[in-house]
Amino acid sequence: MFFLAALGALGGAVGVVAMRNPFYGVLALIVHLFSLAVLFLLLSAAFVAAAQVVVYAGAVMVLYVFVVAYVGGDTESAWEPIPGQRFLAPLIGAALFIELSVAVLGSSLLALGTEGPDVAPGFGDPAAIGKLLLEDFLLPFEASSILLLLAAVGAVVLAGRRERVDDAPVPGSAGTPGESRPAGPGTGAPQGAAR
Amino acid sequence: MSATAWAWLVLLLPLLGAIVIGLGFRLLPAKVAGVIGTASIGLAFVCGVAALVSLLGDEPEARHHASSLWDYASVAGLDIKLGIYLDPLSAFMVLVVTGVSALIHLYSFGYMQSDEGYRRFFSYLNFFVFSMLLLVLAGNFFLLIVGWAFVGFASYALISFWYRRSTATAAGMKAFVINVVGDIGLVLAAFLIFRELGTFDYEAVFAKAPEVFSTNEWTIVAICLLLLVGAFAKSAQLPLHTWLPDAMEGPTPVSSLIHAATMVTAGVYLIARTHVLFDLAPTAADVAAFTGLATLLVAGTIAIAMTDLKRAIAYSTMSQIGYMIMGVSIGAFSAGLFHLMTHAFFKALLFMAAGSIIAAMANRQDIDRMSGFWKAMRFTSLMLLIGGLALAAFPFTSGFFSKDSILDYATARGGMYEWMAIGGYVGAFLTAVYTFRLIFRVLPGVPCPEAQELIDTGHLHHGEPINPANGELEDADVGFPGPEHHIAEQSWPMAVAMGVLGFGALFAGLIQVPGVDDVLFAWLEPVFADSELSHIHASVGAEWRGLGIGGIISLLGIATAYLLWVRRPELPGLFRQRLRPVYLLAANKWYFDEAIDFLVVRPALAIGRFANRTFERLVVDGLVSGTEDVVGTGGRIVRLVQSGFVRSYALLLVLGFAGLALYFLIASS
Amino acid sequence: MNIEWYIVLSSLLFATGAMGILIRRSPVIILLCLELMLNAGNLALVAFSRMVGNQEGQVFAIVVMVVAACEVVIGLGLIVAIFRRKLPLDVDQLRELRG
Repeated sequence: MFFLAALGALGGAVGVVAMRNPFYGVLALIVHLFSLAVLFLLLSAAFVAAAQVVVYAGAVMVLYVFVVAYVGGDTESAWEPIPGQRFLAPLIGAALFIELSVAVLGSSLLALGTEGPDVAPGFGDPAAIGKLLLEDFLLPFEASSILLLLAAVGAVVLAGRRERVDDAPVPGSAGTPGESRPAGPGTGAPQGAAR
Repeated sequence: MSATAWAWLVLLLPLLGAIVIGLGFRLLPAKVAGVIGTASIGLAFVCGVAALVSLLGDEPEARHHASSLWDYASVAGLDIKLGIYLDPLSAFMVLVVTGVSALIHLYSFGYMQSDEGYRRFFSYLNFFVFSMLLLVLAGNFFLLIVGWAFVGFASYALISFWYRRSTATAAGMKAFVINVVGDIGLVLAAFLIFRELGTFDYEAVFAKAPEVFSTNEWTIVAICLLLLVGAFAKSAQLPLHTWLPDAMEGPTPVSSLIHAATMVTAGVYLIARTHVLFDLAPTAADVAAFTGLATLLVAGTIAIAMTDLKRAIAYSTMSQIGYMIMGVSIGAFSAGLFHLMTHAFFKALLFMAAGSIIAAMANRQDIDRMSGFWKAMRFTSLMLLIGGLALAAFPFTSGFFSKDSILDYATARGGMYEWMAIGGYVGAFLTAVYTFRLIFRVLPGVPCPEAQELIDTGHLHHGEPINPANGELEDADVGFPGPEHHIAEQSWPMAVAMGVLGFGALFAGLIQVPGVDDVLFAWLEPVFADSELSHIHASVGAEWRGLGIGGIISLLGIATAYLLWVRRPELPGLFRQRLRPVYLLAANKWYFDEAIDFLVVRPALAIGRFANRTFERLVVDGLVSGTEDVVGTGGRIVRLVQSGFVRSYALLLVLGFAGLALYFLIASS
Repeated sequence: MNIEWYIVLSSLLFATGAMGILIRRSPVIILLCLELMLNAGNLALVAFSRMVGNQEGQVFAIVVMVVAACEVVIGLGLIVAIFRRKLPLDVDQLRELRG
């Protein structure tokens, strides 16, 4: 079971990195996320697995799909402007992997060699997680809610149409009712001259 | 009031005069500035007399007082006080300086009247008198050096008084630079004195020196030689004399005060004051004596060939000071100082008369263009004649007695000094010749155009304001010799000053007639009593014999001059052709200027050029711009990291993380 | 399976994500790779929590998920804004902040 899930995770990861078309990349990531959920289940983290599927693979990925559909997926050009980047990146990736593995495996954590202690049947249940969230980790819980709020506000701000600062060079961009509005301060000079 | 209190007043009054005129020069009307200037020196003279009288009240042995106002520096073994030293020698010098200065101030009152820089002139002149008095009254070597330096500055300021004249400023700089060379000698001598004796104070130094040094020990010889460097620079002796003829660029009162009567005598005063040290270093004293003799003769020969009136008189000054230096070096202290006093009188008078004549010539100084002034300006010509007679040591003038007192002493001392005396007599002959060359060229004969104009119209000739030396047009605004000139016949202050000096030139010698009276020598005796040399006296008979020889030589010289320039005027031309090399040598001032230019000036300029072109450009600029380049390049290299590429930043980040992890892995294993 | 397998897998996924960021140029893909790395971290957290035997690691993993979600929101918002201004969606061409 483990190996299947692991393969799926790896395959998804490689797919994200390697796919040219971003849409396929998103799909690869979804596969990866599902495989991770299975791995979580194997680790007796039922709630986390569920949250992964619902929140991550569900909401977040849907968001990605929307954006990729909106933005479109251009394939990137092959030419690499930064010298040495293509060459160094895999090297460093490999180095990173080796170091992390060595760090973990070479450590004297004996428990790594086991499957872990025996746990009660309710390990990883929503009830148990919820209890922890609301008792021991109340502060992080509240803080994350504030973070979510901030993110929502930020998203609205980013997405909102600001007539004054919109310096799109071509009038009539998607859905602008401000075409007949006069150019306010801050718009580029060419636009003003054109008027 | 005590004697030293009077002495402090003597110092203070000219300084006050200089400050008041200097600060108030915009407010004071010109005449008032002149009055303040002259009055301050006149009052200083009165105070000097009072100091003298006060000193007379003491026993001759006790006539030395030191007085200090406050401690100047009192650290690390140094103990310098702002102190003066009043004794017969300094009192004598004070009287000479203030007396002659007062008369010259009076002369300038008339002479400089239409000059734009009239107030500046009096301020500078007062400052000069103050510095000279400081030099003379100083009680320790430190203050002496201060006065010495001030005098040098005042001389510079006054030589380049007409500062838009390029010849004047060049002359001022030349004088100052040569003076600085002398200053170096003086300062080094003071250092050595301090190192050996531990003090700067006169009384202490002169008391200790005989105990510390043995005769002709090299340190004391070195000290004396360095003092001589200072003395020679200030008194225009060979080889540091080249500034004096050029210093004639200054106004005539300046020439008469500084370069005849006072500043150039500072060297003589120095040797006389430090005679204790020179007694211990006979070698140095002999060097001084020979230099004096050499200067005397060389300057005499040059003076015969000079065609510029003031320059000829300047070389005459150099020659006479050679006498004085020779005198005080061989031990004839009082005789040398006697000649100093009489020379002050007749030389100042000569310059004043020359100034009057030059004014009539619309500022031309060329004697080739002058003649017949006896008919045009009777008073001035008479004064010129009196001065010339005294200079040539005509019998019974002051110069007659003073010059021969030196030569009598030399003869009495015997040995090599007798030969010096013979050299001195030769010099006396030369003196008479060149002096009366001037007089016979300028006074008799057909009046030149300017003189004729004066006779006919009573007005002075007005010439173009062109500098004869280089043909530049003068700047009449700054106080180039102003458009109006003044002669003694038309300006009573000039006439009064000249008259008093003429009286002194004729009769001042009578205070020291051998066998009759002994006023000056007796007065100065306590100062030099500690030197055995001062006990050498010629007998009265020998003195009169010397006087006789001197008188005959003088008359011979006058006769020769009469022959050459009145009776047979074609003879000088013949001499010039026959003895052309000799003539050239004299006319080119024995090529001293050229020698100094070759030996000193050109190497200095070459060093400067090297420093500018090579050192400055390569080393200094290289270092500075090099540093700048290094920093700039370093910055440019570092800037390459900021490429704007997010991915390269990310690469660096991961790279760094991997590196850190590697380090920790290794460190923990 | 032994816990160490999970850890090794997690580090492998992390390295893959890092490499992806370094190689790809489209901001969308880069964000996806970021997700990879975050998830790798989550996996490690959960594995260790299982090893230690308490659930604090899982709580942490949930918080990480929240953070990841917020970050995705903002990132995608930025990408949309860039797209709307007709700028090229290429990290290498968005380089005005340079020295």
